[in-house]
Amino acid sequence: MAVYEHTYKPYAGPLTPEWSRFLVIPRHAYRDVFSSKLFTGFFALCFVCPLVMAILIYLHHNLTAMAIFQINLRDLVPINGFFFQFFVGFQTGLAFLLTVLIGPPLVSRDLANNALPLYLCRPLSRAEYVVGKMSVLIILISAVTWIPGELLFLFQSYLEGAGWAARNLWIAGAVFIGSWTWILLLALLSVTISAWVKWRLAASAALFGLFIISNAMGFMVNGVLVTRWGSLFNLTIIMKTIEDSLFRSPNSMNFPNWMVLPTAAAWIMLGLFLGMCVLLLTRRVRAYEVVR
Amino acid sequence: MDNALTKTAEQMNGVAVLSKEPEAAPAAPVIDLDGLSVTFGGRPILRELRGELRGRAIGLLGPNGAGKTTLIHTLLGFHSPSSGTAHIFGRDIRNEAKQIRTLIGYMPERDSFIANMTCVHFVRLMAELSGLPSEAALERAHEALFYVGLGEARYRKVGTYSLGMKQLAKLAQAIVHGPRLIFLDEPTNGLDPPARQRMIELIRQIRDSGKAHILLSSHLLRDVEECCEEILIVKQGRIVVSCNLEEERKSNIKFLEIETRGDRESFVEAIATLGCEYALTSERRLKLVLQNGVEIRDLYRIAGEQKVQIRRLNFKRDSLEDIFLKAMEDGGVPQAAGLPVRGQQ
Repeated sequence: MAVYEHTYKPYAGPLTPEWSRFLVIPRHAYRDVFSSKLFTGFFALCFVCPLVMAILIYLHHNLTAMAIFQINLRDLVPINGFFFQFFVGFQTGLAFLLTVLIGPPLVSRDLANNALPLYLCRPLSRAEYVVGKMSVLIILISAVTWIPGELLFLFQSYLEGAGWAARNLWIAGAVFIGSWTWILLLALLSVTISAWVKWRLAASAALFGLFIISNAMGFMVNGVLVTRWGSLFNLTIIMKTIEDSLFRSPNSMNFPNWMVLPTAAAWIMLGLFLGMCVLLLTRRVRAYEVVR
Repeated sequence: MDNALTKTAEQMNGVAVLSKEPEAAPAAPVIDLDGLSVTFGGRPILRELRGELRGRAIGLLGPNGAGKTTLIHTLLGFHSPSSGTAHIFGRDIRNEAKQIRTLIGYMPERDSFIANMTCVHFVRLMAELSGLPSEAALERAHEALFYVGLGEARYRKVGTYSLGMKQLAKLAQAIVHGPRLIFLDEPTNGLDPPARQRMIELIRQIRDSGKAHILLSSHLLRDVEECCEEILIVKQGRIVVSCNLEEERKSNIKFLEIETRGDRESFVEAIATLGCEYALTSERRLKLVLQNGVEIRDLYRIAGEQKVQIRRLNFKRDSLEDIFLKAMEDGGVPQAAGLPVRGQQ
């Protein structure tokens, strides 16, 4: 069916592998996402922290530089689990802002334009559609969290030696798992809110609101019932508990003891929360709404 | 040789080739409905649909709420059948929905697009989701848009298009991956006469290319009559008529419509003695089927004998409208709408 022929002709060329088709969605979404200068600028800023931390690691091993600046970085900023925990905490904070910027219109735009039937009438399942939409966030957040985190770990291992790497391999695992828990939470939460809230501003507000409301609810239950189990509703504490357990630094934020959760409870609550998001998505992401 | 080339391509790239997929049995119907039922909240929407559709262009007719769109959605895998199943090119919609969707293009009834994308970008995205590699998808998107007549407007955002252009954009995304079966749900909805004519032309061209089958759902009989050779009329979730329009037209070749003045009763009685079937359609009109051996001069002779004037005499066939209205009146019969029967008022 060449442009000048004007006849209908079936396609007889090769097809892409089925497993890779969901990746078409993020590839096309980035064209739109990076057309915003505000977002592009912010995304570039997300790499400042990894850069600064890479410089710190370098200075740690450069005695000449430390002599010139007359500082002892080894005592001031030790490269240990807390160093990487700070990195993950800071970068996931930026990831949250990234999510607020690009997450809300991901599904809502398709719902508003009735585009879901067009996606789902192709060899693309509902799950693949959702994963495709989540991939828009997963790829971007990965680029600013665990990927630079692991690169920093490799850099430090290179400069410090294989012995350090072997002793601290758990840090690499903590960076990876800690980042991915945030990535999954943010991506799934964002796509779910996008599927249920049509207006972009309202969806962004809902993302913020969910964390604020869950915090307030957690504090309220703790205060009224004089218990620590109210923290099960507090997303911030749940995520911090998981992060602390991964980085082997119990209660790194110095929360009062009555707020601290057992690690297993935090993981279970996170699992329940993600499961609820999946359930909500299952109800909403359909080619057509059936009015019963 | 083709197969060898395909195998090499698959081995090298890990890709599959749509056109080289194992074909279903050659005699497999395009759509085979096998007791297909769909229920929403205990309310039956489609009831025990059975039938084989083999036409190049199939018209799906029915009043609003008859279940036309639900049938299309079920064939696409959007709804699960509550009982029975259907096969498309021999593939079961229950188990092989994904494979089926590689063979289908779908133009939905309602506005469906991605508003902030240029049309070429939108159509390319849809082609890539169907499995076309990026470059081929872009090439096909340009071709499809030129084909439907949106070539000059392809870099405009779809949200800025007129209704007619949006319909054409929907058609372009439905054909961009070169499907073997295209579902068109009310493709002429809201179009002005020239735009409607253009859409009908395109549908006919695709049909005549012989490369794709079309299932055209519409409540506009004229659209279906102009494009389709086979029809399926659905009423209250049931198939009330399934017939081949071409065959109907051929079989009704000796169907006459006559307008008379005078004593019609004696005239029709005399006609009945010749063995002709007739139906009185209005006060002065009747339809009749000439039997073999009976000629028009015999009618004039009888009219002269009965002192009846024949004011008008036309060879006619049952129009689609006749078939449709008959189906709506009496629920129809599972097969072709019949000719008028003796004494039918």
